[in-house]
Amino acid sequence: MSVILEARDLSYTRSGRTLLDGVDLAVREGSLTVVLGPNGAGKSTLVRMLCGELAPTRGRVVLNGDTLASIPAWLLAHKRAVMPQASDLTFPFTAFEVAGLGVEGLGRGLSRADRHRLARTALEHADVAHLAGRNYQTLSGGERQRVQFARVLAQLAAGRTVETRQVLFLDEPIASLDLKHQLAVLAKAQDLAREGLTVVAVLHDLQLAAGIADEVVLLQNGRLVTHGKPHAVLTPACLTEVFGVALTGTGLPPHPWMIASP
Amino acid sequence: MTAGAMRTGTDGAGERRSLRERPGLVFACLAILLLLVGLVALSLGATGVPASRVFSILADMFVGQTGTGGGETLIVLQVRLPRLLLGMLVGAGLASSGALMQGLFRNPLADPGLVGVSAGAAVAAAATITLGDALLAPLMGPLPFGALPIGAFAGGLLTTLGLYLVATRGGRTSIATMLLAGVAFGALSGAVMGLFSYLSDDRQLRDLSFWSLGSLSGATWTKIIAILPLILPSIVAMPFLARGLNALALGEAEAFHLGVPVQRVKALAILIVAITVGASVAAAGMIGFVGIVVPHMLRLIAGPDHRMLLPASALLGAVLLVAADTVARTIAAPAELPIGILTATLGAPFFLWLLLRRQGGIAL
Repeated sequence: MSVILEARDLSYTRSGRTLLDGVDLAVREGSLTVVLGPNGAGKSTLVRMLCGELAPTRGRVVLNGDTLASIPAWLLAHKRAVMPQASDLTFPFTAFEVAGLGVEGLGRGLSRADRHRLARTALEHADVAHLAGRNYQTLSGGERQRVQFARVLAQLAAGRTVETRQVLFLDEPIASLDLKHQLAVLAKAQDLAREGLTVVAVLHDLQLAAGIADEVVLLQNGRLVTHGKPHAVLTPACLTEVFGVALTGTGLPPHPWMIASP
Repeated sequence: MTAGAMRTGTDGAGERRSLRERPGLVFACLAILLLLVGLVALSLGATGVPASRVFSILADMFVGQTGTGGGETLIVLQVRLPRLLLGMLVGAGLASSGALMQGLFRNPLADPGLVGVSAGAAVAAAATITLGDALLAPLMGPLPFGALPIGAFAGGLLTTLGLYLVATRGGRTSIATMLLAGVAFGALSGAVMGLFSYLSDDRQLRDLSFWSLGSLSGATWTKIIAILPLILPSIVAMPFLARGLNALALGEAEAFHLGVPVQRVKALAILIVAITVGASVAAAGMIGFVGIVVPHMLRLIAGPDHRMLLPASALLGAVLLVAADTVARTIAAPAELPIGILTATLGAPFFLWLLLRRQGGIAL
């Protein structure tokens, strides 16, 4: 499969501190890539630069053959969507309206009814259709996260009318979700990847990462340690080195299985 | 996407939902209300003019037959109509600017004055009142009648521009920096205003306090013609920023992810507010509370979607300010209350009532 997203010598320095240092990365189209690393490794910084939110101080990001910096914001919104870690909302929009923000002003040839339909479908896919009329501000953290996921799904659906080769970025998408919905969000991400969408996700849970990733990117201190298939990257030796924790791998099929020993 | 036909809601009255679904109804009600209030404003006053007479005077004016009706025609066309239009423009400008600022600052308590435009205009106006006679008059003769509003408008615009430049680094404006710089400038301007009132003589002091309380009593056709081309295009332009403001409610990064040109939205919103509020303050002085109360009421009634909120705030702001002004000039007729006193004394308790009516408090 072809490369859709590429980082070349990507670096970011802020007030003298180097948060990301010369990262080269190629993400294959239709893959689910998980970015792993200890706190402060530069995972979020990497994703924020890959999605165009943060301009690199050195190097560049290439999406679909175009340098990211040359793509105007409105067009970029059709090519990729970003699910934030957590999102506050200033005003009392309903969950349905929040999902609607994902399609407002996006897409080509969409009628108002089409946009309503896309938002509603997205809410169903994120398992929050029953919250549609609720005020977002009164929802629990997990419910909010799922409504945000619906908004992102709605954006991708609207964007597909303009650009079919899309990338979805998930920055710790499951931080505040219960186990059932963690698995549901990741399963949805896997489904989307199987349908051809490229997914880049920051995760903390090595086990979940091992279970769903096509590729794993391991970061430490702003540098790329290694990038490859889960069984090649998630080895006890490598993880012990990066996370500074003693790990034992059991090698149980079908995924690498790690046990931390305190 | 409008509020959407959501019937699964568990919080909120059915009536509130139905208005969320029908922004057209909200606009229709507000427009009718504005017509009624306008009619009352034209007929009430020291000399009562019956509504039917008001209609015929206005009809005559539109056909071009003026000067036939004597006193009543003069009162309606030369005194009350400009005052009505000034009230509508200033009320609409302040309320929609408030909604715009609250969307931009992501804070329902933001005031149109936050970007420094009112404080800057106030300082410039105080300087014109206090120092104008002493410093400017010897250079250019007696100050022209328009010196005060022009000075206030320029002062407001320059202050906002200054704050914008302070808060912008590397092509990105930090809203938080702008807010804090605005607060700092507000404190400074308070001190400068204090200094000016200390320096003023009795007449200047009276002008100063009258101006800072706000009033529509100086309404003339000249003023209307001066501020109409500033305020009306701004109000018409605001809804074009609505989608960006809706997305900004999620956060700046999220708005960018959704394709909103965030920096352009910020710059345009600040420019529009500076022009609108600058023109309002220049023409009518400082009138408080309209910018906060009106958008807040509308959010409670019809939801937070800025595509509805911005134009509806303009309409309701016009309604409320014209109503307040009608009360201000009739309640103690022939004397007149400064309208700023009235909007604050009526607005503040009403605002409190709105807040307390909702059990469980309000999430900011």
